Amino acid sequence: MTGTLFKTPLHALHVELGGKMVPFAGYDMPVQYPLGIMGEHKHTREKAGLFDVSHMGQARYIGDEAALEALLTADLSAISAGEQKYTLLLNETGGIRDDLMVSRPDGEGIFLVVNAATKDNDFALIENATKGKGTLTRIEDRALLALQGPAAKDVMKRLCPDACEMVFMQCGAFTLDGTHVLISRSGYTGEDGFEISIPEDDAERIARLLLDQPEVEAIGLGARDSLRLEAGLCLYGHDMDETRTPVEASLIWALSKTRRERGDFPGADVIAAQIDAKTCQKRIGLTLSGAPAREGAEIASKDGTVIGIVTSGGFGPTVNGPVAMGYIDRDFMQPGTEVDILVRGKPRAAKVVKMPFVTANFYRG
Amino acid sequence: MTTRYTEDHEWISLDGDIATIGITAYAAGQLGDVVFVELPDVGKSLKKGDEFAVVESVKAASEVYAPVDGEIVEINDALENEPAKVNEDPAGDGWFVKIKVSDTSQLDGLMDEAAYKDHTA
Repeated sequence: MTGTLFKTPLHALHVELGGKMVPFAGYDMPVQYPLGIMGEHKHTREKAGLFDVSHMGQARYIGDEAALEALLTADLSAISAGEQKYTLLLNETGGIRDDLMVSRPDGEGIFLVVNAATKDNDFALIENATKGKGTLTRIEDRALLALQGPAAKDVMKRLCPDACEMVFMQCGAFTLDGTHVLISRSGYTGEDGFEISIPEDDAERIARLLLDQPEVEAIGLGARDSLRLEAGLCLYGHDMDETRTPVEASLIWALSKTRRERGDFPGADVIAAQIDAKTCQKRIGLTLSGAPAREGAEIASKDGTVIGIVTSGGFGPTVNGPVAMGYIDRDFMQPGTEVDILVRGKPRAAKVVKMPFVTANFYRG
Repeated sequence: MTTRYTEDHEWISLDGDIATIGITAYAAGQLGDVVFVELPDVGKSLKKGDEFAVVESVKAASEVYAPVDGEIVEINDALENEPAKVNEDPAGDGWFVKIKVSDTSQLDGLMDEAAYKDHTA
């Protein structure tokens, strides 16, 4: 089985650290280390965690940016040098093909980071749509590390002080331990942190250097999932997919104002109609007591009518209780609304709440 | 008192015709931090192999199966507020239920400690 899985440049290090390896998006990845999901989660919120996210898709786009922009919800002309934006790749009916980061870390066009499970489809789509107008170069020889948590800045002050000049969603090219790297001040945990793109041959050395810092522990995919859930961040293929639009997914903020005015993104008609009609389901957060509600659990009104579905759920170690996100009928989307979640058929009292579940600690300067 | 083990990592400890059931230290270690245990109602009758409880870790829910036939006579209410007992003391304070065993000879078909050790080796 593992013979058919891809390995990241840090695979041997994960095994050496005692990582419990599982298949994820075609890669053999650590779901947890000996510290355990709960310990890794809390360590990241209190100090700093190092995540291997090399399975994600990295690429460069150079050329006619309007051709790329036509597939996305971002206004690429509004992204200046040194800036990063979260954006969505949509299908013709406004469904979400993927969520991704686009940035200008240096003078070489646009740097893209997409999800692991969708990277082949995304890149093929971009290549076809921009044929003759631009060149997408897939980056297969770089690792991607995320250093996340309140102490991430202290670590970087020691190892790459220039990177600490950046605020949330800025990016640039830096030298880290003598290696040329791309760094953005961003992440997937709701904490301050950095994402670092490193040539694969230097990745293990830099990962070890980061892990040698007293604040840093290695963190697996299990805690990555519980951290992003508490931060109210979507997991593609679960909290959104091609059947959900940015309106339903409560991601209208990822639709740039100018693009919305121009109406020139895929599925613009569907999305405009949904914004006007105000009838579609919405993605919301839920807290409940007792049993965690998992993906697929039905949400019911107090009279027993099914009004939605949980798309991600589990135990939030920082919240110290079960948290979930899901889609719910409009009439029930207001924070404070009391509903039930059917966990193994048993109604469990739940409440619609504002996300994130924990306060975001991004560094905004 | 006889203690036996199942392939699904439950333990069952018999005293007269009353048996205490829990999950093994091996199972608790594999699950990681237990955050919730869903237990059945007292009075419920079980057939060997029935799913009678669910143990939730941060990441996932796992079923717990009845090692033998019987009827629930007591549940470990303390797990409701302190599910972490399952990790701290799986063979003691982290027990799940007590049952009145229908046929104690069913325990003969389960593994003893040495056989279970081999099973998890």
